[in-house]
Amino acid sequence: MKTYRTHLMVCAGTGCVACGSLQLRERLAAELESRNLSDEVQLVITGCNGFCAEGPIVVVYPEGIFYKKLTPEDVPFLVEEHFLKGRPVQKFLYTAPSAKEKVPLMKDIPFFQHQVLRALRNRGLIDAENINEYIARDGYAALHKVLSSMKPEEVIEEVKLSGLRGRGGAGFPTGKKWEEGRRYTSFPKYVICNGDEGDPGAFMDRSVLEADPHAVLEGMVICGYATGSHQGYIYVRAEYPLAIHRLNIAIEQARNYGLLGHDIFGSGFDFNIGIYPGAGAFVCGESTALMYSLEGKRGMPRIKPPRSTEAGLWGQPTILNNVETFANVPSILLHGSSWFASMGTSGSKGTKVFALTGAVQNVGLIEVPMGTTLRKIVFDIGGGIPDKREYKAVQIGGPSGACLPAPLLDTEVDFDSLDEAGAMMGSGGLVVMNDMTCMVDTARFFTDFSVDESCGKCVPCRIGIKVMLNILHRIIRGEGKIEDIDHLEQLGQHIKDSSHCGLGKSAPNPVLSTIRYFREEYEAHIIDKRCPSLVCADLVKFQVIPEKCKMCGLCKKACPSEAVTWEKKTAAVIDLEKCIRCRSCIQACKFWAIE
Amino acid sequence: MTKLTLEDLKKIKEEVRSSTLLREGGFRAKITIHMGTCGIAAGARKLMTAVLKEVEEKKIQDVMVTTSGCAGLCSREPMATVEILGNPPVKYCDLNEEKIKEIFLQHVVNGEIVEAYALARGSESTY
Repeated sequence: MKTYRTHLMVCAGTGCVACGSLQLRERLAAELESRNLSDEVQLVITGCNGFCAEGPIVVVYPEGIFYKKLTPEDVPFLVEEHFLKGRPVQKFLYTAPSAKEKVPLMKDIPFFQHQVLRALRNRGLIDAENINEYIARDGYAALHKVLSSMKPEEVIEEVKLSGLRGRGGAGFPTGKKWEEGRRYTSFPKYVICNGDEGDPGAFMDRSVLEADPHAVLEGMVICGYATGSHQGYIYVRAEYPLAIHRLNIAIEQARNYGLLGHDIFGSGFDFNIGIYPGAGAFVCGESTALMYSLEGKRGMPRIKPPRSTEAGLWGQPTILNNVETFANVPSILLHGSSWFASMGTSGSKGTKVFALTGAVQNVGLIEVPMGTTLRKIVFDIGGGIPDKREYKAVQIGGPSGACLPAPLLDTEVDFDSLDEAGAMMGSGGLVVMNDMTCMVDTARFFTDFSVDESCGKCVPCRIGIKVMLNILHRIIRGEGKIEDIDHLEQLGQHIKDSSHCGLGKSAPNPVLSTIRYFREEYEAHIIDKRCPSLVCADLVKFQVIPEKCKMCGLCKKACPSEAVTWEKKTAAVIDLEKCIRCRSCIQACKFWAIE
Repeated sequence: MTKLTLEDLKKIKEEVRSSTLLREGGFRAKITIHMGTCGIAAGARKLMTAVLKEVEEKKIQDVMVTTSGCAGLCSREPMATVEILGNPPVKYCDLNEEKIKEIFLQHVVNGEIVEAYALARGSESTY
């Protein structure tokens, strides 16, 4: 092997690629070449580093220096200074929002400091398109251990003892599912990896697949061995081209090494994996709908039982797990169930990956131990709320989840505590909201999403959610009645109780949770005909409050239709004739001087 | 390609690991080649190549090879600094490929300072 003195880990997750990391890589390669450094400095393309807000990201080893937001124009200077002369370039380093000084080392940046990487253990450390680098980080060692020294029952027992629960959202114990899958003796059996990640603002599975595809493959083969299956499918969204590309490469490499296919490791066990790109329907994340979609039929859920473990894909026993669940499996088998169970809470073991987005400084992908508080996630890792705004709520679990207010910030995040709070883990999307967010409007947004994505098979979901949406629209227009709140609650409860699948059962959650925690906002909309966050344009007067106006003129600059009259040292005035109610002035005003 | 066995797996792991270990920290020693304009002009690049060759040939895994700017004593370039974990760094000056090789084997690998080429103990430290 060639020895290099420095390794440049260029992030090529979808986030950084969108910010131009591939052009950056090309320029780096050219510049290193022209300086004769190509033999000393190795360029490595990695999966998502996690700190997407600061992309494109380059991490330099051995020092572990973290460069952010690099452009191709920065490259010549960077190469000369750091890689030739050994001086890390200050101006490209990360500065924490609260502090002035630069933080050169990745491990010292708070965003990374509080994270514990298990499912993402290889992110940013290996070249996702090189199986050897995965093997160097103990890749496929668990598979070998399993195939050479463990009985399938022992594998299942180990997974059961670890306390691993499905990371797709519902939290079903993985070992129990495998045990059930093994019990049925009809063949062929199938293993399916669910990569149909559809929650708005969620990108955990994509990042795992992009950064460490082999971990998922290895987990699937182990599952196949434990349950007696010889064929696996990965159902992944067609909107994830990079993930599909890397999976294809990974499968090809694993086949060449004999880690997939016939007689793996000479153990006599055969396993194959195929990829199925889904066409992008939210409901296909539901396991039975996903299997119909895989069969080439319309993706609609069916009544359970029978469970998929008994009769799933093509009516055969099928074990379906989420991407992140599979990615956790190899380390459990390698390090043992007690190692895995040593972290987390009594009911939820291990770690969880979250996609942290919304009104938070550090947007990105994080992995924390189960039981970490929301406060730690939002403020320590996320760096708090930008632009001196106030925290209002965090939306967890996507359209099936809930909005949790400030008093619940100290909730320890695990499957059970979230359930108690009326939320759910979901697949792990965390959208942070500041005081500029109207909770009624948020509920409307997610309900709208559920209406769009409802497959239409059962009445409560198809019609019930639509009725809820209509009521929300009415409230937002200022035509709400006070009894609407109770009606929404009742209707929501009915839909939860009577819907057919998980989508309908959880679709009222955004409305129910916002009523539960932000009832006063609904009342303000209905009784006072006022939107406290000034989001619902029909309820905003678009008048400047002279006492609050600091006469700064920012609203005039922001107005696209010249409706604001303002001169120095006078309060602004909005001409309602010209005003198009776009809310640009409200967003620009720092003093809440427009109502 | 034929099927992988455990031995193959271990072999790949060891081979690749020696090159990726760099990303995980845990170094016993650090050797810094001073690469300011003066150092480069005096032949520091040759030192770097020689050191990397040694690292590669001897399969050394716990030594960090890095560069830094001018050490301030341009007339005595090329220079290098060797730092064994827990000991003060030692600066060497007026080097060439043979000398750096000797320093690498005697000081970095065996931990004995090569006094003949040494300039001084103590240094500015890079992170």
